[in-house]
Amino acid sequence: MSHEYVPEIATDRDGNEYEVQGWQGDFYGGKLGFWLFMLTEVMMFGAMFLALTYYFSLHHQDFLDASASLNRYLGGFNTVVLLVSALTMGLGLLKMRSGDVKGAKLMIWATIILAFVFLGVKAVEWTAEYHHGVFLGLDALQSGNEHSKPFGQILFFGMYFTMTGLHGFHIIIGIGLMVWLLKRINAGKVAPDHHILHWNIALYWDLVHLIWVFVFPYFYMIGAGDVTGGITHGH
Amino acid sequence: MSKTYFDETHCAIGHPKSTFWQWMLTIDHKRIGIMYAVVMFTFFFVAVATAMAMRIELFAPGAQIMDGDTFNQAFTLHGVIMIFLFIIPGIPAVFGNIVMPLMIGAKDVSFPRLNWFTFWLYIVGCIIALSSLFNFTGEGLDFNFADTGWTFYAPYSLNTGTNVITTLVAAFVLGMASILTGLNFLVTIHRLRAPGMDFFKMPLFVWGIYATAWIQLLATPVVGITLVLAILEKYFGIGIFDPSKGGDPVLFEHLFWIYSHPAVYLMILPAFGIMSEIIPVFSRREIFGYRTIALSSASIAGIGYLVWGHHLFTSGMSDLAKTIFSFLTFFVAIPTGIKFYDWVATMYKGKIILKSPMLWALGTIVTFAIGGLTGVTIAMVGSDIHLQDTYYSVAHFHYAILGGVVFLLFAGLHYWYPVVTGRMYKEGVAKVAFWLNFIGINLLWFPMFIAGYLGMPRRYFDYLPEFEIYHQVSGLGAAVILAGLVLMFWNFISSWKSGEPSGTNPWNATTLEWHLPSSPPPLENHSKVPYVDFNPYEYHHGQPVVKFDYETMKRID
Repeated sequence: MSHEYVPEIATDRDGNEYEVQGWQGDFYGGKLGFWLFMLTEVMMFGAMFLALTYYFSLHHQDFLDASASLNRYLGGFNTVVLLVSALTMGLGLLKMRSGDVKGAKLMIWATIILAFVFLGVKAVEWTAEYHHGVFLGLDALQSGNEHSKPFGQILFFGMYFTMTGLHGFHIIIGIGLMVWLLKRINAGKVAPDHHILHWNIALYWDLVHLIWVFVFPYFYMIGAGDVTGGITHGH
Repeated sequence: MSKTYFDETHCAIGHPKSTFWQWMLTIDHKRIGIMYAVVMFTFFFVAVATAMAMRIELFAPGAQIMDGDTFNQAFTLHGVIMIFLFIIPGIPAVFGNIVMPLMIGAKDVSFPRLNWFTFWLYIVGCIIALSSLFNFTGEGLDFNFADTGWTFYAPYSLNTGTNVITTLVAAFVLGMASILTGLNFLVTIHRLRAPGMDFFKMPLFVWGIYATAWIQLLATPVVGITLVLAILEKYFGIGIFDPSKGGDPVLFEHLFWIYSHPAVYLMILPAFGIMSEIIPVFSRREIFGYRTIALSSASIAGIGYLVWGHHLFTSGMSDLAKTIFSFLTFFVAIPTGIKFYDWVATMYKGKIILKSPMLWALGTIVTFAIGGLTGVTIAMVGSDIHLQDTYYSVAHFHYAILGGVVFLLFAGLHYWYPVVTGRMYKEGVAKVAFWLNFIGINLLWFPMFIAGYLGMPRRYFDYLPEFEIYHQVSGLGAAVILAGLVLMFWNFISSWKSGEPSGTNPWNATTLEWHLPSSPPPLENHSKVPYVDFNPYEYHHGQPVVKFDYETMKRID
């Protein structure tokens, strides 16, 4: 609905006039809606963390052993990449709000590149794990064969691939959203005085990195008592 | 005559000329609500037919018309359709869409195009659910619906060869539609209320929708991810619910009920909202205890999160946890009781008008009281050990959901029929239909309390001869209800064309959806948004206090 919206006026009995809030161009409504959507993401990942915590308490040592076999350097590198991408995303929004559309676009591009770096590292990790025989559907994660890992490790890796996979899926969605955002900026639909889409996508990206901030320690760091960083373990 | 929302509409994409595409692409909340109603009630009758088939099967001991496997699929189909396709979208999808924006003086919901998208997401979910009915690989038509019950308990759901995965996907998609509906309504209620209308000047139906929307938003993602985990478990064997890998199937039950118990409150809260609209209007009195009703909706939504464990009393849980969950469950009865006393107190010394919406509301006070109080009996750990998974809990659930939610949905259909269609149904037929339903529900489910108490387990397609009498009375009741339902819907459908024009405010009601410029309303609702400096139900000597000049929407009383 691109037609011009003229707010209505309601008048009370004393003749005072009040502007009626319409759904068109409602910046705070758009922001509130997206915050609520973020809450649903928190609940979704929250349920998985709940299951994870429960199994951690049941299979304590298995979880520590499995965690120790993950590559903390790659995971840590990815954490830094995501933190920096959150910074570039935030700077982009600040630039948009201050009227620097070109700078904003540059920052969005930087964020997209960092997102691809994250996915690339993730792919390297998953490939390495696959070659170690640890992947969904492989023997090590099935019960009752000679390669079977202990119960707790099966659960750990099951949750690891599920949660990092879902997180990676959110990264991919985020890249799509940012490309769309760039298109909208180029088309003039997102501009310094009308930047709710940019705002919400920045919010989304913040949540995606925030989830990783919890995923990283829970999977990579709990086994860090063993200081080899996963280089010589997990074969 | 001025144009109504049936004559013109806004569309999500472009400006199509054909009526068909105008309906398919419409973003008008009223049209979307009507389309929800049409699809939902179609599925409702499919599930009713399934239930009738089960009742026929159970009319005598032994196999009558189906074998045990088919029976398992039948009760799953009945449950999945009734829960996920009918009652969860339910009152919010129909009346939350149609009436809520009218009540707060808004032109539409906050995100009309999201609303359009949500409706079609719901349709996609319905199609996936239907597709899981059949096996497409075999020769000819082969039913292969999930046979797990609508709860999909692990580990059986992970092992059965029926189409569980597609059913889970359908439930996930329908859950997303429910989340987005709730989100849309929350923002609408926060942002688009008419000037002057603070939260405590909102009609109580809006309060019901508001509390419901929070449950939709916060609880549904939990079951969504649970279903995703079950799908991954089935495809990849991630182990999470599989005891042969150290997983815990009871965890599935916990995660499932963390959503699905609050879900029963997301069904009932908007229904209570409808009750709170009808009671003051047909008693011609200001509602008793407005704030306590509004806040009890909110507290039911809150307490509802903390009681899911009472579904697991026989599933293996520590005694301490059982005691705590049992104790917390009792608390739900307190705000619910407050509402009931408020409604009764509203009627006291009121000028009660026994039109059909009021009849439905009064009937619900009886049936829901039975449903609610029997719920308290099975909230006690001791008696629940005896009654769990018997016909007693089946009867409790149906008294609460059919006798509470669906009855009030029907009350709302009668109450708001003039707003939606601009016409009045046949009052005499509506009353007959009410009595058929009211007698039918008691015939159908009261014997089940007794049968369940004596040990008749649920979800069995056969039973011992001593239970025959209860099943036969139930079967009779089912036939009576079916007659009532058919009569009621015939009344609605035939009156849409031939009913008397109703005028904008046939009930002398006070809330804003009765102060529209025409009936049915125009595309963008109120000609002018009023300033709201009055309470929603102001009556004096049986007459509405607030009057408007409909040209300017200024108060003239």
